[in-house]
Amino acid sequence: MKPPPFDYLRADTLDEALDALAAAGPDARVLAGGQSLLPMLNMRLVRPTILVDVMRIGALRTVEARGGALEVGAAVRQVELERRADLDQTQPLLAAALRWVGHAQTRNRGTVCGSIAHADPSAELPLALVALGGEIRLRSRRKRRVVAAETFFAGSMATERRDDEMIESVTFPLRKPGTGYAFREIGRRHGDFAIVACAALVDATSARLAIGGVADRPVARALPLPGPDLDEALDGFAWSLEARDDIHATARYRRDLVRRLGRQVIEEAARCRG
Amino acid sequence: MELAGQTWVGQSVPRVEDAALLTGRGRFIDDLATRPGTLEAAILRSPHGHAEIRAIDVEKARAARGVVAVLTGRDVQALTSSMVVGVKAPLECWPIATDRVRYVGEPVAIVVATNRYLAEDAMDLIEVEYGALPAVIDPLAALEADAPVIHPSLGRNLASDRSFRYGEPEAAFAAAPHRVEIAVRYPRNSCTPIECYGVVAEYDPGEDSYDVLANFQGPFSIHAVISRALKVPGNRLRLRTPPDSGGSFGVKQGVFPYIVLMAVAARVAGAPVKWIEDRLENLAGAVSATNRATRLAAAVERDGRITALDWDQVEDCGAHLRAPEPATLYRMHGNMTGAYAVRNVLIRNRVVLTNKTPTGLNRGFGGPQVYFALERLVQRIALELGLDPLDVIRANLVPTAAFPYKTATGAILDSGDYLGSMEAALLEGGHAELLRRRDAARAEGRLYGIGYTAVVEPSVSNMGYITAVLQPAERKKAGPKNGAQATATVAVDPVGSVTVHVASVPQGQGHRTVLGQVVADVLGLRPSDIRVATDMDTVKDAWSIASGNYASRFAPAVAGAAHLAATRLRDRIARVAAGQLNVRPEDIVFRGGRIGSASNPENAVPFTRVAAATHWAPGTLPEGLEHAIRETVFWTPPELAAPTEADEVNSSLCHGFIFDYCGVEVDRVTGEVRIDRYVTMHDCGRILHPGMVAGQVTGGFAHALGAALYEEYSYGADGSFQSGTFADYLVPTVMEVPEPILLHRETRSPVTPLGAKGVGEGNCMSTPVCIANAVADAMGLADVTLPLVPAVLASHLHPAETAPKGRPAATAPALSGARQLFGEGTAEVAAPAQTVWDMLLDPQTLQTVIPGAHGVEKVSDTHFKADVTLGVGPVKGRYRAEIHLADLVPPRSVTLSGETSGALGFGSGRGFITLTETEGRTILGYRYEAAIGGKVASVGGRLLDGAARFVIGQFFASLARHAGGQAGESRPGVFARVRRLFGGAP
Repeated sequence: MKPPPFDYLRADTLDEALDALAAAGPDARVLAGGQSLLPMLNMRLVRPTILVDVMRIGALRTVEARGGALEVGAAVRQVELERRADLDQTQPLLAAALRWVGHAQTRNRGTVCGSIAHADPSAELPLALVALGGEIRLRSRRKRRVVAAETFFAGSMATERRDDEMIESVTFPLRKPGTGYAFREIGRRHGDFAIVACAALVDATSARLAIGGVADRPVARALPLPGPDLDEALDGFAWSLEARDDIHATARYRRDLVRRLGRQVIEEAARCRG
Repeated sequence: MELAGQTWVGQSVPRVEDAALLTGRGRFIDDLATRPGTLEAAILRSPHGHAEIRAIDVEKARAARGVVAVLTGRDVQALTSSMVVGVKAPLECWPIATDRVRYVGEPVAIVVATNRYLAEDAMDLIEVEYGALPAVIDPLAALEADAPVIHPSLGRNLASDRSFRYGEPEAAFAAAPHRVEIAVRYPRNSCTPIECYGVVAEYDPGEDSYDVLANFQGPFSIHAVISRALKVPGNRLRLRTPPDSGGSFGVKQGVFPYIVLMAVAARVAGAPVKWIEDRLENLAGAVSATNRATRLAAAVERDGRITALDWDQVEDCGAHLRAPEPATLYRMHGNMTGAYAVRNVLIRNRVVLTNKTPTGLNRGFGGPQVYFALERLVQRIALELGLDPLDVIRANLVPTAAFPYKTATGAILDSGDYLGSMEAALLEGGHAELLRRRDAARAEGRLYGIGYTAVVEPSVSNMGYITAVLQPAERKKAGPKNGAQATATVAVDPVGSVTVHVASVPQGQGHRTVLGQVVADVLGLRPSDIRVATDMDTVKDAWSIASGNYASRFAPAVAGAAHLAATRLRDRIARVAAGQLNVRPEDIVFRGGRIGSASNPENAVPFTRVAAATHWAPGTLPEGLEHAIRETVFWTPPELAAPTEADEVNSSLCHGFIFDYCGVEVDRVTGEVRIDRYVTMHDCGRILHPGMVAGQVTGGFAHALGAALYEEYSYGADGSFQSGTFADYLVPTVMEVPEPILLHRETRSPVTPLGAKGVGEGNCMSTPVCIANAVADAMGLADVTLPLVPAVLASHLHPAETAPKGRPAATAPALSGARQLFGEGTAEVAAPAQTVWDMLLDPQTLQTVIPGAHGVEKVSDTHFKADVTLGVGPVKGRYRAEIHLADLVPPRSVTLSGETSGALGFGSGRGFITLTETEGRTILGYRYEAAIGGKVASVGGRLLDGAARFVIGQFFASLARHAGGQAGESRPGVFARVRRLFGGAP
């Protein structure tokens, strides 16, 4: 479990990082918290020619609330967001989801944007971003662009990011008055990859449920408010996710949890409105 | 010379080990300095469960930077002989694959380089050509006539088949009003110590001798296995252990094949070679406990009394029968009636080989497998006869007046009060309240159940029990084997301070602390006055075959031997003191660091002064006393006799008793099991250190909880290994382990020097089945399988689902099947069917269309070769692919079949493609089935389905784009679904 040879660049400025990415093409990887990349490197599952470490770039270390959203820079560690005093108030769904991300030790190192870039289908932060309808701000040497979370995730560990781009920041919409939020996750052990994770938003007229761990990416869908139509809608949603078997859970179990936990989480979000 | 007042033994004195361990000063094997010029090894391992090795090309690796040597099976065979196998069968056992690989993780080649990084770089350059063979994973399937044969020399997979009969079982079954029978499986798991294996080996050509440092734990009978494999006498294999070892639980016995490999590598490389196992290697290839398929029947009276048992055990030892296997199957042989007085027993024991990691020592060693069957049966008896499970247990427990009690199969249960301990546990653990909690929960519609277990915990193995695998005549021919030699040395130095050495090889348990207590009590000193060394050196230290850290032998055997050695030394020193003090030796007492007259306390001298006398003034010793410097005791209990003609085996010296019960609740929505309360009562004889006993029980409970709820080494039907990281092999953390309520009784053992019994393994035997019984009770299930996976439990709770129109009905849950991927999809291409057809068969187009294709070569019209870089996200690997086309119906349909292999793994699959033309556009329909093995399957199984779907989707999207000159609509996976292999072809 030793990595293959690679070059390492500790970028001090964003331009330096973007130049390196543009020069190296598909064989470069951005190194942030390293909580997924380094194990994969040690297992020789990934063989980048160069790692571009962005954690010393001051411009990427900021968390700012503006325009009704919380913008989180690429070098912000999960623990920094988790310990933000008002997060429970400003975005309760994000606050709830963060506690399910790995373990305290991995959150001390792992970054918010790194988890988004890695795009594990079971990960909580991509799920929260999709549920809330957040955005990803991508940057290359040539241009900036903004991609909606719902289109950013292309599949298991696959995203719309181009080889010369890096995530500069992501934005989580802030809590809206009159909307309730809830999050729940089922894994085998504390800190494990989610078998099913549910994030719900409910306002006066509609419900929105996002599911992680079932499809090959987090998927959100508008659903009826708790009532007679909800079960059938949840059943359709559950089947549409094309759940798979793995050694920890069957596809049927995942569908069952989407149906049952999905309802519970929507009901909980409805109760939290106000 | 009785000790007066309080003793150190029995107190929870602070552990002398902890200061170093808690401040990062432990001296583990990887911390120790090596000689300059020491090289490092990396091991190339099999990605296949079963395959022929057709060719190995190591030339590129040999030429790589920093590489000193590359060894394959042939190089190892040239310098060694096969490791001995414990059954009479035409089987060889090599530490490295020779002509075929038989499990994922089996060593195939060793690279020795100046450091581990370079060794692993070179490892990537080794090319092995495998010819995949059908694998067999299930032990019962391995017995089928048409099963793939793993060892052609054996001609079948059955390595041993023995039947035993005790008492009059047939008559008992005929006479009993009830026959209750169960069939159970015990899963594969392991105790996964934090520190993995480590070996530093050196060869001295001048003396033709090997010097090896390894975190080996014993038993040192294995020393003979290693030296024989290395073709040197025992005195030319110096085996040493480091001062600290980061946990073992039996597992580090299994380092021995690597000792052979690294010894040979050092010889070939001409320099010391160091190898530290990493976690990927450890999970795939280190060692596992056995999985077992058991049928067990009982003849039962109306009151629940069992009059006979009929065992049929099929033990799965994996791909090789490594020493001391099949010991897991025989360790419990004397205890096949558990804690119960059952006089009539039938046993059939079969040992089979499968394409899984070879098995070896693991905490519990045979106990979990036996008790899972026996205690599930006891619950079933209660259920079928409508009795309270506690009454069934009471009716069968060995009566208190019967000790020492000889079991039907030959064990001598040395002491105990099983009924008294059980009743005390019910009272002290709050059983009545637990019943109320259950009733209240059930009244609310919750799923709450209670499980019980009564268990005998054997300790101090009889080194002869494994010979029960041989027929009595074979045993006679081989000569009797028995005993459990424990050794201890106590010495005084010229300033009269005391040093103790034992061959116990602790791996974190705190042996040094307890030995300090034991010896201090004998010599009237404080534990801090005693210095204890437990690292081993087979050239310098006293040891024997039973030396080492296993079979819960420390407290009963090793601490006892130290007590005996200290007592002998004390008696010698007493004679010296008697002369100095002018009293009779019988009048001498050792107390408070002084030696004096019992009748005249004023008449005393410091211990150190007398103890040093032999060094400084041997001329002053009493007549007939040669010295009082050093005593080494070899102690073996006479009770551990060889198996008898009638196959009676006293398989262990002493037997603790455990009575456990627990209340659990199963979540109706998620199927998760929550332990409400767990009570565990132990009688492990005299308790030497209460804190350490609590630690052993709690640790064993945590291991057992893992076995009950989380841990399983999972294999696909093709032999692929699916739990290669701690993200898939689920060891419970502190978040998952509730605190059990610990209760104790102390019935001293009459057969050990200190009255102590072992306590380290009991909960691994009692807890898995106790939790299983509780879950079965909660859910009203007749059968439960470990681990108790929520998805499986939930399938009993949730009504069957109705698939929407056009979808197949869901299949039954099956969590350990093949790593088989299925999918289907469609893509719409803006071109006529004939155009699309031509593209599919054209290498140039394929090269453009296949994602990551570097070269597509057309071997024939229906055979293509390609070099492709496949990947999802950052995980990319280069593969060689061979594709065959069949069933061509131009331009309508074609079947593709292919195989790929590369550094990250291999795959094979079939795709069925149909083309339907409508108005100049073509709908491409595809279905595929694929199996993926190797590294990605071991460490990333969770993501494989999504990855396969993504790559295949990319291919068709790309094809659509290429055909239309514009992006056609590609909808991979829209109708895709996954079905299990037995769900029918997609």
